[in-house]
Amino acid sequence: MSVDLRELAPARNEGIPDFGAGDTVRVHVRVVEGERERIQVFEGVVIRVRNGGSPNFTVRRISSGVGVERTFPTNGARVDHVEVTRRGRVRRSRLYYLRGRTGRAARVKEARRT
Amino acid sequence: MTVGMIGRKVGMMRVYDGAGRVRGVTVIEVGPNRVTQLRTSDRDGYEAVQVGFRGNRKRVSRPERGHLREAGVDEPLTELREVSSDGSDFTLGQEILVDQFTPGEYVDVTATSKGRGFAGGVRRWGFAGGPKTHGQSDKWRGPGSVGAGTYPGKTWKGQKMAGHMGARRKTVLNLLVVQTDPSRNLLLVGGSVPGPRGGLVNVTPARRAPLEGYEPPEPFAPAEGSATLDESVPADAADAAEDDTEVAAGEAASGDAVATEASAESDDAADAADRAADAADEPEAAEPESDDADTAEDEQSE
Repeated sequence: MSVDLRELAPARNEGIPDFGAGDTVRVHVRVVEGERERIQVFEGVVIRVRNGGSPNFTVRRISSGVGVERTFPTNGARVDHVEVTRRGRVRRSRLYYLRGRTGRAARVKEARRT
Repeated sequence: MTVGMIGRKVGMMRVYDGAGRVRGVTVIEVGPNRVTQLRTSDRDGYEAVQVGFRGNRKRVSRPERGHLREAGVDEPLTELREVSSDGSDFTLGQEILVDQFTPGEYVDVTATSKGRGFAGGVRRWGFAGGPKTHGQSDKWRGPGSVGAGTYPGKTWKGQKMAGHMGARRKTVLNLLVVQTDPSRNLLLVGGSVPGPRGGLVNVTPARRAPLEGYEPPEPFAPAEGSATLDESVPADAADAAEDDTEVAAGEAASGDAVATEASAESDDAADAADRAADAADEPEAAEPESDDADTAEDEQSE
C-alpha cells in the first residue's frame, strides 16, 4: 500500500500540551447550547492517555460527591485548550485504581520536577 | 459522466468535521484509472468502458501488454474491469481520477469480502450454540436440530449449516462520499467497505436512491486534506457535550448503597455534575452551596 493512514490522521489540537497520567488538568471544552457557544472547564486528574488512531485522554474528577470521567479527543476542535495545573508522580500509565478511592486516598503525589 | 472506478482499500480512520464531530470513514485510494478499451454495441453487443488500475500484481503478461499498447497506455495496469457507461464521453487511454466524485454524493462499493474459511453455524449464521453449563458436555457451538422426524424424513434444502464463509463478492450500497483528496487520489466514504486493507474495490455511483425520508448528515466542513483542521466551529453544529461523559457508577466512598443509587440516577448525576462544572466556571459560585450540589447529595442519602 502506498498510502499511510497515519499521514492522513487529523492533526493534534494545538491547544493541548503534552501531559501524562497523574497530571491535573483544566480542560476547556467547547459547549454548544442552541445558538450559543461557550467554554466549560472540566478539571481533574488525567487517568489515562491513549495514542494511536483516535488519540484521546480521560479526566476524572469528583463532582458533587459523584465520580465523573470524561474522555476528550486529542485531535479535533471540540476541546478549546488544556491547562496543566499540576504534575503528578505516578508509576503506571492507567490510574484506574483511583476509581475505588475517594478523599485522601485518591490523591496523586506531585512530581518533584517536571 | 461519472463512471465506476477501481481502487484499493487503504483502511479505516476517524475524521472530524468543523464542529468537532467525529465520523468513521474508510479511505480508498481510487485511481488513477485509464480507459483501456471501449465496448461498443456494434462489436460487443453492449456499451461499456474497460478501465485499468495498477493493482497489487507487479508483472504484466505479454498479451496484457499488447492490449494496453493498443489503448496507448504505458503503465503496468494489471487490473482491468468493465464499468457500465454509454462510452460516448470517453476516449481510449483517458485518465479517470477521483475528482469525478464529489463530497455529499453517494457511491456503491463492491469488493471481495474477507474469507472466513470453513465456518461453523455460530459464526456463519449467528446460531446461539448450546448451553455452556448445567451439565452440558460437548455441544457448545453445535447447530442443534436440522429438521423434524419421520415427516419429512429428510433435511430440507437450504438448511443453514457450517460451510465456507466470506471471500464472496459483496456490494455495499449508498455510502456517503465524505471527502476527496485529488492530490493523493483518495476517497473517504462513510462507514465500512468489504475486504481486507490493500484489497481492490470497485467504486460506482450509487445505483439506487437513498431510502425514502432519509436525511443525509450535514455536509462535511473541511475541504482539503483531513490533516488540516478547521478551526472555526459553527455554533449550531456541535452535539451535546454529554456525549463523552461517562459517569462511573459506584464511585462514591460510602459503598454499595450509594453505588446502586448512583447508577440508577446516572443521567441525573451527569446533569448535576455538568451544572456543578458550570458553577465552577464562575469563580464566585461556591460549589457546595449550589442547589445542584444539594440535590445530588439528597439523591445519595436516599
